[in-house]
Amino acid sequence: MKPTDIKDPEYFHKVVDCQYACPAHTPVPEYIRLIAEGKYTEAYMINWDSNVFPGILGRTCDRPCEPACRRGRVEEEPVAICRLKRVAADNKDDVKHLMPKGPFKQNGKKIALIGAGPASLTVARDLAPLGYEIHLYDEQKAGGGFMRSQIPSFRLPETVLDEEVNYILDLGIHSHFNHYVESLKEVLAKDYDAVFVGTGAPRGRDLPDTPGRQEAAANIHIGINWLGSVAFEHTKKIGKNVIVLGGGNTAMDCCRTARRLGGENVKVVVRSPFTEMKASPWEKEDAQHEDIPIIDNHVPKSFVVENGKLKGMTFEKVKAEYDESGKRKLVPVGGDDVFFEADDVLVAIGQENSFPWIERDCGIEFDKWEMPIVNETTFVSTNPKVFFGGDSAWGPKNVITAVAHGHQAAVSIDLLCKGEDLNKRLDPMVNLISQKMGIHEWGYDSAVVNDERYVVPQADKKVTLNNRKKEVELGFDPLTGFKEAERCLNCDVQTVFTENKCIECDACMDICPTACITFTENAENETDLRAMLKMPANNKTQDIYVSDVLATKRVMVKDEDLCLHCGLCAERCPTAAWDMQKFFYNVTKADNSCYHHQK
Amino acid sequence: MTYIRPKFRHPQLPKNNLGYTLAYYEGALSTLCAGCGHDSISAGVVQACYDLNIEPHKLAKLSGIGCSSKTPAYFLSNSHGFNSVHGRMPSVATGANLANRDLIYFGVSGDGDTASIGMGQFVHAVRRNLNMVYIVMNNGCYGLTKGQDSATADYGSKNKSGNVNLFESIDLASLAIELGATFVAQSFSGDKAQMVPLMKAAISHPGFAFINIISPCVTFNNNMGSTKSYDFVREHVEATSTIDFVPTMKEISVDYKEGTVKQVKMHDGSVISLQKLSDAWDPLDRQSAMNAIINAKAKQEILTGLLYLNPDSQDLHSLLQTSDKPLNEMGEKELCPGNDALTEINAGLR
Ligand SMILES: Cc1cc2nc3c(=O)[nH]c(=O)nc-3n(C[C@H](O)[C@H](O)[C@H](O)COP(=O)(O)OP(=O)(O)OC[C@H]3O[C@@H](n4cnc5c(N)ncnc54)[C@H](O)[C@@H]3O)c2cc1C
Ligand SMILES: Cc1ncc(C[n+]2csc(CCOP(=O)(O)OP(=O)(O)O)c2C)c(N)n1
Ligand code: SF4
Ligand code: SF4
Ligand code: SF4
Ligand SMILES: [Mg+2]
Repeated sequence: MKPTDIKDPEYFHKVVDCQYACPAHTPVPEYIRLIAEGKYTEAYMINWDSNVFPGILGRTCDRPCEPACRRGRVEEEPVAICRLKRVAADNKDDVKHLMPKGPFKQNGKKIALIGAGPASLTVARDLAPLGYEIHLYDEQKAGGGFMRSQIPSFRLPETVLDEEVNYILDLGIHSHFNHYVESLKEVLAKDYDAVFVGTGAPRGRDLPDTPGRQEAAANIHIGINWLGSVAFEHTKKIGKNVIVLGGGNTAMDCCRTARRLGGENVKVVVRSPFTEMKASPWEKEDAQHEDIPIIDNHVPKSFVVENGKLKGMTFEKVKAEYDESGKRKLVPVGGDDVFFEADDVLVAIGQENSFPWIERDCGIEFDKWEMPIVNETTFVSTNPKVFFGGDSAWGPKNVITAVAHGHQAAVSIDLLCKGEDLNKRLDPMVNLISQKMGIHEWGYDSAVVNDERYVVPQADKKVTLNNRKKEVELGFDPLTGFKEAERCLNCDVQTVFTENKCIECDACMDICPTACITFTENAENETDLRAMLKMPANNKTQDIYVSDVLATKRVMVKDEDLCLHCGLCAERCPTAAWDMQKFFYNVTKADNSCYHHQK
Repeated sequence: MTYIRPKFRHPQLPKNNLGYTLAYYEGALSTLCAGCGHDSISAGVVQACYDLNIEPHKLAKLSGIGCSSKTPAYFLSNSHGFNSVHGRMPSVATGANLANRDLIYFGVSGDGDTASIGMGQFVHAVRRNLNMVYIVMNNGCYGLTKGQDSATADYGSKNKSGNVNLFESIDLASLAIELGATFVAQSFSGDKAQMVPLMKAAISHPGFAFINIISPCVTFNNNMGSTKSYDFVREHVEATSTIDFVPTMKEISVDYKEGTVKQVKMHDGSVISLQKLSDAWDPLDRQSAMNAIINAKAKQEILTGLLYLNPDSQDLHSLLQTSDKPLNEMGEKELCPGNDALTEINAGLR
């Protein structure tokens, strides 16, 4: 095999599992180290630069980083990356002075952002400091999109939301709230240089054909509409017996909200088996902790109505069967239908996009599913002035994905306004710095702690169930935050190998606790080489690092999979052929001024 | 700062027949210099004992003084151990072995510990064919005391400060063969593929099994002009054969070229399979082994691999016809049969 090209920024980026998995590529280990040092403000700003909403995401993020975390491959549980972000947000000092401060010198360009969710807000944050005049439209009375209308306050307090939305609005954004955009044509007719569509996926799915749906309409609510109505305080209570249909996170938010609005006997009924529900495991746990049973393998059959009033629902019991390709089929198990009593039913079985306000003749092509055709790199639609991002681009995802889209769309809009090619995007900012300070001393805390994942404490159920706005999770206190931060393996501190220094003494190979390093003859292809290692490199999702040919004609091969970044290889190397070097990778954004400001 | 080896190991580490992973045979984190050859030898011991399914409590590590003699701390934490006085490991091993013949005695020494201060003890352990493995981690210097030339430093070899050695070196392998050792091998710390099977064969050998392993001292004897540096050894190493050790249980599958393979059946039924690199050498013949060493020396080669083996080895216990039951398992009655028995013995001598 050819030697690995470690100059390619993506090689080491991939080693930083969490950062690589994060849609916005937040430099996770860097901020975790800052938290361990008690530098919460700095940790916050690293986050703010990358993901714009550290306080919000530290409570609500879908955390794709955590299943990717290396720690989860060497022991049971990954680092509590998400909740550590909250530690930074909760304990930071004033950060306003670290953010770009207006008024900014205007560049004469005007941009319209439709929808004020995380995608649009990110575009606004990235472009405003560059002198763009930003006009932000939303039908709601305040910014935040679904973060405000859908995510319940007991998971995300309004103060936290307001704080982080306002950091952006304070950059001199022209907001037009309570303003539903009815026609894209009208917007395009104005003198905007570009339009960004960040309107999300606002339509909740229904069960229009289920018997009894019409008759019981008064007590059947579409989950996301109902949550929005609770958030904006139009709805204040619900019946005692509540059925929530669906197995995703919306269902979990619905059932928990129902518990707080008077629902005593609230149950979730889902078609699929429990283990295959879409909701995150922690959301399911939280619901069950609030005395909400989750009844799986039940398919809704009818709404039972008596004297014009909803009495409950019947369900057919099913089980999951899988064909050779692994495709699931729910087949009835026979027996009687099951009846559950209900005063109200919340339907939380998915959401979809809808663009009634976009005329089909303004240059934007839609596919057969009525979805706009959007370029995956530049986020431009088939109308060169119109960009999409967040849930509006490819359907419902999550906040961090919306942010990542926003950054890239902002880069594109900036390029467009400068008359440049949207595909000529700048490489990420990368940096590699040796951490060596002495024989056994490194610029990072290299010792690997054995602590198991710490659990985030929660407020008393008696209190939280009686107050919709009372936050359930209390967050880590600073000491626990420190201990959890210490669990991070510092995957951004890379093992960098210099062939011509190596005397092939085997010290690194012998000391490596997880058998990452092998000196071996080379092989023709990667598959063969992987099999020849001290421990076969079976996890193909992780790269192997192959050196150039050494004096004995062998090569050094390192399987990145289970490296603990403990630095022992470098400590035991007599010639410093191994060095531990901190890799910093920062995605290029339209405006990186907040990052530069801070450095 | 890392003075602690992380607890985590590769989650898919295989287990041996006893259900232990390699990690169970590890020791404490080494305090030797980074890159010391001795650490590689320690790793070899861990591998050999794992492969042989040795129950750690059935093995005793014995050593003298020196960096090399410190290494038993860095392997087999779950085994017995005795770190003796400088050069006195053989007498401690002899005593322990006589008291309990059931343990595996694994001796580790250095070239200073063996060829200088311990020479008197070493030669007697060899000629008594004490049932033990005796490894010399040979770096041609006294590493622990800052690198003075040892008695195995080659004539003309240069030390770190540029001084040339004026004295002839002691060749421990020839000496061992000369004194009647029944298993003699040489190896290089940088060659685990050879070292590990040699160790396994040595452990299985009933009698004195000697392995002289060239093990560079990176700190004091890895300079230009040294004949024990990584570079010099790599350039001059010459193997007698490639070696495979096949434990009793396994079936032997020979995939070597016809004629070049020599299989030696050991006492316990295991087999050493050697692919000989030279026809002029017969590992079962002392004279031939001596010649091979002398010839290699003349060509400035460092001969490694199995040099000599006597499969009919009779160890000290069989020579002395001691009791099969280890002394340490006997009670006071058996060990001190009393005055009557003494009188009887004395009478027999009159
Ligand atoms: C119940 C629920 C809970 C969720 N929980 C989480 C969570 O915990 N973590 C997470 O990461 N994600 C969560 N999500 C998903 C997340 O909220 C969305 O993926 C994310 O907010 C999408 O952001 P966006 O910028 O694309 O648009 P949105 O946040 O959807 O914002 C779109 C905005 O555009 C406005 N709008 C739409 N059309 C128009 C128009 N024509 N004119 C003016 N305004 C318009 C809408 O009113 C809305 O305010 C949840 C979703 C739901 C439904
Ligand atoms: C009785 C006695 N004399 C001298 C010493 C000092 N001393 C300690 S180690 C050593 C030499 C060790 O050399 P070697 O056995 O080759 O071990 P290495 O450190 O090279 O592995 C000496 C002379 C001692 N510890 N005890
Ligand atoms: S840092 Fe080095 S010694 Fe530690 S796990 Fe990674 S490769 Fe092994
Ligand atoms: S410890 Fe250093 S010199 Fe020794 S084999 Fe490893 S990289 Fe090479
Ligand atoms: S002084 Fe030499 S023998 Fe001793 S630990 Fe250091 S390198 Fe090894
Ligand atoms: Mg020595």
